[in-house]
Amino acid sequence: MIDVFIGVVLLAFLAVTAVSIVRMTNLFAIIMLFGIFSFLSAAMFVVMDAVDVAFTEAAVGAGISTVLMLATIALTRDHHEKASASHRPWLPLTVVIVTGAALVYGTLDIPAFGDPNAPAQIHVAPYYIEKSIPETGVPNIVTAVLASYRGFDTLGEVIVVFTAGIAVMLLIGAKRRKSNVENNKGEDNDE
Amino acid sequence: MTNNIILRVVSKSLIPLIIMFALYVQFHGDYGPGGGFQAGVIMSAASILYALVFGLDAAEQVFPPAILRILASLGVLIYAGVGVVTLFLGGNYLDYSVLADTRIAGQHLGILLVELGVGMSVFSVMLIIFFAFAGRGRP
Repeated sequence: MIDVFIGVVLLAFLAVTAVSIVRMTNLFAIIMLFGIFSFLSAAMFVVMDAVDVAFTEAAVGAGISTVLMLATIALTRDHHEKASASHRPWLPLTVVIVTGAALVYGTLDIPAFGDPNAPAQIHVAPYYIEKSIPETGVPNIVTAVLASYRGFDTLGEVIVVFTAGIAVMLLIGAKRRKSNVENNKGEDNDE
Repeated sequence: MTNNIILRVVSKSLIPLIIMFALYVQFHGDYGPGGGFQAGVIMSAASILYALVFGLDAAEQVFPPAILRILASLGVLIYAGVGVVTLFLGGNYLDYSVLADTRIAGQHLGILLVELGVGMSVFSVMLIIFFAFAGRGRP
């Protein structure tokens, strides 16, 4: 019962935060609200017993991405987004409402939270729960699945993170090549 | 922010704790929530806090970008390398059971190694991205 109450309160806070983000024009405040939004999501994951996901959400969503967005906003001059006078919200609003209604309609088919007969619970989950201790000896099933049973997926994720780092370095991390650029100025007429 | 004494003192006592927590999350991931991803992010959070309070140049002296680049690649290499090692030991790719005498010990060793690779890569990539963004604002 208390779980339901906490869930409803957190969901209400999430909705309030989301609406405030949409209505605000101060980008700095919006980034702070994004961080709060991530923390609230992390709290919801804790309520749903997904501690590992909550951990990641709190660290990445509320921590790192907030800092990165602040660093980005520090590079821009204007911290306010001006609403244009000719703003017509009706078409985007219709699209959002129709999409939202479709998504809510889609949730009707989703099994209840924690339903033991849900497809997710009867496919591979019983195998992991029964076999992860005898096969890997790792008490945290999430780690056993992440690093051992789904090692390929995690390798792919690490490569995604690595690729993101390379992409950022290539795009905006080239500040130390200033002297090179000056040296090449005479030769490279394309730039 | 380098002149703000309260921030300096508070962050100086906080950063070691954050790093300790990151190491705990890294090596206790088998038993509790956490693992390489979370540990890497927490570790980079400690470094970003250092950079925010003591300045970007001081942070780049502690974590030179060249070393970060090597660490990022080394993490991926460790992870993929563990898979290659298991191949040579007669198992499938990333089948850690063949890494040690017993299946359980092999799994433990393999998971520890790949989580270490994940942590190294995530930590250094997060810092690389932060330095890239924050370094743009410098004159």
